[in-house]
Amino acid sequence: MMKKKKLVSRLFEILKYGSLVIATLCSLIPVCVCVLTAFKTNEEYASTSVLDLPKSFLNFENFVIAFQKANMLRGFFNTALVLVVVLTASVFMGSMLAYVLNRFKFPGRGLIQNLFMFAALLPGIAMQVTIYQIMYSLGLVNHLYGYMIVLMGTDIISIYIFLQFFENLPISLDESAIMDGCTYFGVFFKILFPLLKPAIITSLLLKGVSVYNEYYASNLYLQSPELKTISTALYTFTGPYGNQYNYICAGVLITIVPILILFLIFQRQVYGGMAAGAVKG
Amino acid sequence: MGKSAGAAVSQKTFGEKFKSRKVQQMLVIITFLFAPLLLLVVFTYLPFMKMVQFSFYNMKYIGPKKFVGLDNYIDVFNRPEIFRALLVSVYYMGGAVVQLGLALFFATMMVFKVKGESVFKAAMFFPYLICGIAVGFIFKFFYARGFVLDSLLQMFGMKMEDIPYWLQDQSINNFALAATSVWRYTGQNMIMFLGAMMSVDNDLYEAAALDGANNWHRFIYIILPSIKSIVVLNLILSISGSLSAFEPPYVITNGTMGTGTYFVIMNRLAHENQKVGLACAMAIVLLVIIILCTVAQKLFFAYVFDNGTDDESRAAVRKRKREEKKKNAQKGAAA
Repeated sequence: MMKKKKLVSRLFEILKYGSLVIATLCSLIPVCVCVLTAFKTNEEYASTSVLDLPKSFLNFENFVIAFQKANMLRGFFNTALVLVVVLTASVFMGSMLAYVLNRFKFPGRGLIQNLFMFAALLPGIAMQVTIYQIMYSLGLVNHLYGYMIVLMGTDIISIYIFLQFFENLPISLDESAIMDGCTYFGVFFKILFPLLKPAIITSLLLKGVSVYNEYYASNLYLQSPELKTISTALYTFTGPYGNQYNYICAGVLITIVPILILFLIFQRQVYGGMAAGAVKG
Repeated sequence: MGKSAGAAVSQKTFGEKFKSRKVQQMLVIITFLFAPLLLLVVFTYLPFMKMVQFSFYNMKYIGPKKFVGLDNYIDVFNRPEIFRALLVSVYYMGGAVVQLGLALFFATMMVFKVKGESVFKAAMFFPYLICGIAVGFIFKFFYARGFVLDSLLQMFGMKMEDIPYWLQDQSINNFALAATSVWRYTGQNMIMFLGAMMSVDNDLYEAAALDGANNWHRFIYIILPSIKSIVVLNLILSISGSLSAFEPPYVITNGTMGTGTYFVIMNRLAHENQKVGLACAMAIVLLVIIILCTVAQKLFFAYVFDNGTDDESRAAVRKRKREEKKKNAQKGAAA
C-alpha cells in the first residue's frame, strides 16, 4: 500500500517537472533561436543551419545595423516621451476619477461608472475607424501629442485598478483628515495619493507594457518617419529586409531587452497585477 | 463655476462649515471628472455614435456620403471574404480553448510545491510582454521554409518533403497562426488562474490534508471550484478575443492565403479601400456579438453559479438553495 502511494507520487513528480520543462522549452526556443541568429554575420546566416551556434556572441554588427536602418533611436525617444506623458496622465486621471466615484455620492455617479464599464466592451481596433475621422477633423493626426491623447482617452485599465484599490482604503482616513481641517483636495493629494503606491505601480506596469507594445494607433496616427515609435520602427523590417532574418532578429531583441529587464525587476508586481485582474473577473 | 455657486446658495441654511464643504465637494467632483469624462466622450462615445451613423452610409473619409440604409449590413453577411474571416476566427477560438486547458494544467502543477517555480513562471509568462509585432517576426522566422521549426523537425528525423509549408498550405496555416496566440497568452492565463487558486484560504488545504485528501481530491474539491468562474469568464472572453485577433496574420502572412481575420479584413476595408461605411457596419456586428457574449456570461453566472456575498459564503448559499429546493420539492410532492 505504502509502496503504491510512493510510486504514484513519484509519477506525479515526473509528470509535473516533465510538463513544466517542456512548456518552458516551448516558450523559450522561438526567442532563443532569434538570439542565435542575431549574432550571425551575413555569410554565416546564409551558410549555417538556424540551430547552429554563431561563431561569436560578440558580433554586434547586426544590432548596430538594425538600430540604424529602422531608426530605432528615434523610436525609443518617441516611445519614451509618449510613455512619460501618457503614464503620468493616466495615473492622475485614473486615481482622481476613482476617488470621486468611490468616495462621493452625486447624481449621475452610477451612470458615469457604467459608461466607463461599457467602454471596456467596445472593440479597440474597430473603434479606430471613426476615431481616425475625429482625430483628422481635430487636426491631431501626425502629431505626437495627438497620439498621446488617443492613448489617454482609451484608457480603462488604470481606472479599474484604482477603483478596486479604493474599495479597500478605509473611509475613516478621509474623515479624520477632514476633521483636522483638511480640504478634499488635501485629502486626496496628501493622504490618499501616497497610499495608492501599490496600485500606481501596478497600473504603471500594465499600462506601460501596453503603451510600449502599442502598434495599431501608432501606425495610424504617426505617419511621418520621424514620428515612429518603437513598434512601428520594428515593423519597417517587413519591407526591404523581409528575408534578412539576422537583422530582423536583432531588431526584435532590441525591442525586447528593455521590457525583459523591467520584468525581471518587477516580477512580483506584474504577477500581482495579473492576479488582481483575475480576482476582479 | 455657475453650478457650484448655485449649490452654495441653496445650502445656506445648513450652517457655514457644512455649506463650504458641500461647495468643496462639488468642486472636487467637477475638476476631477472633467478631463476623464471629456476624453471618454470624445474618444469613445462620439466615435461610437459616428460608427452607428456611418454604418448606414456609403462613404470615404473625405468626400460626400450617400445614405444606403441597411446595405452595408447586408454586405457584411454576403461578402465571401468577411464570412471567411468569421470561419478563420474559429481556429483562434480553438486555440483559446487549448490555451485555457494548458494554463489550467500548468497553474495546477504550480500550486503544488515546485522547485525553481519562479524560473518556470517567468519563462512561460514572458511571451505575454513581447510586442505583437515582435511576436509576428519571431514566428515568421520560426515557420519559414527550412528555418527553425523545419530544422527542429529534421533533427527529430522528419524528412523535408514530409514537412508542410506552414504558412502557405491552407489546410494548416491558420493552425500555425493560432498557435502563436497560444504561445503568447498561455503564461498570462496561467498566472491569472494561479492568482485565483492562491486566493483560497490556506486553512482549507490544511483541513483537507488532515482529512486525508490527496492531490487529486485537492484539485477536484478545492482548486477547481475556486477558479470555476474565472475559467468560464475567460472562455467567453475568448470568443470576442478570437474575433479580434489581428497581429499574427497581419505581420506573418498579411492576411493572404486565407488567413485574414475579421480585424485584418476590417482594417483593409477601412484604411486601404476606404469603405468606411462597410467597416463601421462590421464593427457594429462585432460589437453586437461581444454584447451577446457578455450578456450570456452574466446570465451564466447568475443561474449556474451562486457567487455568494460578503455575509454568506458560497457554501452557505449552496446549502440554503439546496434546502429551498428540497422544501419546494416536498411542496410539489404534497400538491
